[in-house]
Amino acid sequence: MDPQNMQSTRSPLARAIGLGSAKEGVGPWWAERVSAVALVPLTLWFAASTIAHIDSDYATVIVWLKMPLTAVMMILLLIALFYHTALGLQVVIEDYVHSATKFAAVIAVRLGCCAFVTAGIVAIVRITLSSSE
Amino acid sequence: MVSHPTTARPRPLSPNVQIYRPQLTSVLSILNRITGILLSACAVFLVVWLVAVARGPQAYAPVQAAIASWIGRIALFGATFAFFLHLCGGIRHLVWDTVHGFELRSIYISGWTVVATSVVLTVAAWAASASMGG
Repeated sequence: MDPQNMQSTRSPLARAIGLGSAKEGVGPWWAERVSAVALVPLTLWFAASTIAHIDSDYATVIVWLKMPLTAVMMILLLIALFYHTALGLQVVIEDYVHSATKFAAVIAVRLGCCAFVTAGIVAIVRITLSSSE
Repeated sequence: MVSHPTTARPRPLSPNVQIYRPQLTSVLSILNRITGILLSACAVFLVVWLVAVARGPQAYAPVQAAIASWIGRIALFGATFAFFLHLCGGIRHLVWDTVHGFELRSIYISGWTVVATSVVLTVAAWAASASMGG
């Protein structure tokens, strides 16, 4: 149900807090820009690396991913990428979903991004620690 | 009535996309959003690829086979163009955030620059990949 109908005795200010920007709206906006700036060098590095490795066999890919620089860059890429993805998808959801599912969808996107970034980092750590044959 | 300011009558919704002729500005705006959604799927695939590498050669083989298939190649080419379009469009947005380039002429120049740069970078990336034995 619409919270405005449920809580009609509340003052307009009380209703507005938490619904609008309420001095917090600029935070996600700024975070989206910061992550975007971080992603420019990280994604260009990733694109250049992918071009070099697109048809490499398993052993070559492992050697590349086991390099410390690759692991560091890949983890930074995953964090910035999924942070930016969560913020971007949240804006899309907020623009097109206008019901109770909006909240559920935003939470699902955030949890999903946390899950994928964790899975990606664990995979990198496993590759780094794996014994080279 | 004061407590129900928005429920009394439905407000008109914007944008009414269907009544506008597509323009470079509006097309690039929606493409930035669509490519962003597509690249979210690509980010998930990156994790799938990393997990497959971590699990070993048996898990990696089908993922690499999917990338090497012609459908995989078309998807990867599309993803490359989506990436460069979102990257260039995003840099255009960052310039706008510094309150520069809002004149109509500048907006069209930067818009066509984004389109041209994305096409050139996509072709260059695949040419570089092919020349490295891909």
